[in-house]
Amino acid sequence: MSGRRRTLEALSFELVMTVIALIALIIIIAPSLVVLIVSFTSGFSLRFPPPGYSLRWYVELWNAWQLHFAAKNSLIVALWATGLSVVLGVAAALAISRSRTLSTRLLDSLFMSPLVLPALAFGLAALMLFSLVGLPVSPLTLVIGHTVVCVPYVVRNTVAALAQLEPTLLESSAVLGASRLYTFRRIVLPLIRPGIIAGAFIAFMSSFDNVPVSLFLRDAATDMLPIRMWQDLEGKLDVTIAALSGVLIMATVALVAVMERVTGLSRRLTN
Amino acid sequence: MGAAPASRDVTSYGMGLAAPLALFFLLFFVAPLLQLFWLSLHNDTAGLHWGLGQYLHFLTDPFSLGVLGSTLLLGAEVTAVCLVLGFPIAWLYQRVGPKLQTIIILIVLLPLLTSVVVRTFAWIVILGRQGIINAALQSLGIIDTPLKLLYTQFGVVIALAQVQMPLMTLPLITALGRIDSNLDDASCSLGAGSWRTFFRIVLPLSLPGVIAGCTLTYAAAITAFITQSLVGGGQMLFMPMYLYQQASTLQNWPFAAAISIIFLLAVLAVVSVFTTLGRLSRGHGGA
Repeated sequence: MSGRRRTLEALSFELVMTVIALIALIIIIAPSLVVLIVSFTSGFSLRFPPPGYSLRWYVELWNAWQLHFAAKNSLIVALWATGLSVVLGVAAALAISRSRTLSTRLLDSLFMSPLVLPALAFGLAALMLFSLVGLPVSPLTLVIGHTVVCVPYVVRNTVAALAQLEPTLLESSAVLGASRLYTFRRIVLPLIRPGIIAGAFIAFMSSFDNVPVSLFLRDAATDMLPIRMWQDLEGKLDVTIAALSGVLIMATVALVAVMERVTGLSRRLTN
Repeated sequence: MGAAPASRDVTSYGMGLAAPLALFFLLFFVAPLLQLFWLSLHNDTAGLHWGLGQYLHFLTDPFSLGVLGSTLLLGAEVTAVCLVLGFPIAWLYQRVGPKLQTIIILIVLLPLLTSVVVRTFAWIVILGRQGIINAALQSLGIIDTPLKLLYTQFGVVIALAQVQMPLMTLPLITALGRIDSNLDDASCSLGAGSWRTFFRIVLPLSLPGVIAGCTLTYAAAITAFITQSLVGGGQMLFMPMYLYQQASTLQNWPFAAAISIIFLLAVLAVVSVFTTLGRLSRGHGGA
């Protein structure tokens, strides 16, 4: 009797958990699917389901030069910010990864703090400082601001990759007469490369998508894609934005698939 | 070979390698925040007269306090929704094979890497007057006129919960993966039911993950400017938009600086409460 009750009880638990999990997964995935479907509409509104299907809004997107211009700016800034983040972040990760002193822990907290502090407040602060020292907003200030908010991803992923590294490998290499630089190039770098690439990828995506920092640090001539999209959406619900969203979703899926192959991204983010 | 510098540790690198990034942060992160703080301590927009006027203005103004309160409340609501929905995902993850595990992770990961504007736009399509929910309810004959879902607190909470869900789910998956599954079996064979085992064993042991997830979700939800403004519309004002309006439209930099500092302190307070809870929970788990 009690055994039967227990299995019913276990069943109710499993059922409730599984149902909530499935609902949650649907809530996570549904918005992207909806946008993809709506972007192929033949109508003029964002009605769902669409009255018919066509590629007209993708054709429209092809001619939307304002969006092209903004996308190009975002891409250039994201590439520079990612490059700078990798150079600065990997060096810092090497320094702080194996040390547990108070100063390294403080440095670690400092480097991670842009992840939790409101980026909009930082954007405003950076604008104030730049205007105080007479540095006008430009693509350069954008790259600097983006690097501050993107470098934590590189540091975190590189530190995690270094933590997995067997110290005996470095010792063996040294005992066998390899210089530190040679050991770094031939042993350390190949082993931590997937971690660096994963961090750089996340840094790139977050720079490309950044609004709060760009909002303050761009000049009038430098239109950034997410800001352009945001302002378009504030004004009118344009179906061209749905087509652009469709392109961005498909590009993200493709990039994530490549990254999963190259770096094992999914395992990396749950360990 | 005897001359080898044996004392030198070959497994670690000098702190000097951290210097470039430390300098970069000092110049472009710490200095701006200090300058922000300095400006917030001035009563006039030119920054000539010292005083706490900006803070007094904020703290005695019911409107400003209301914005702060609704922002903090929004964060709590989003975090709660993410926890209730995210925990079962992490639980399911531990129960399926490696193939399905990868699929679950990728589903969870995808929104994290998809543009926030795109994700928010999707919710406008879903919650709008002609959106899926209204279309479905109308075709089922449940409602005659479309419900107002966009520009409501409900809309903002559900959209933000979806946008921030990965930040909650990933630490939970990590935390649940570290729990010894024998504990689960032991609890069940000692007569505790599944629900009891979950609330008495699994949930307490996963607290570090819960707290890490809550910290990230909360901090992200209250600063999620784009989602707040697009799904919330003009009627609802939260701290980031308030800050932006004061700084950009009204050019009131000292007040915007004070708003930023108060907002920063609020975020820091919440994060440190969570961190303290995390430390306590780890102490509890070890005892």
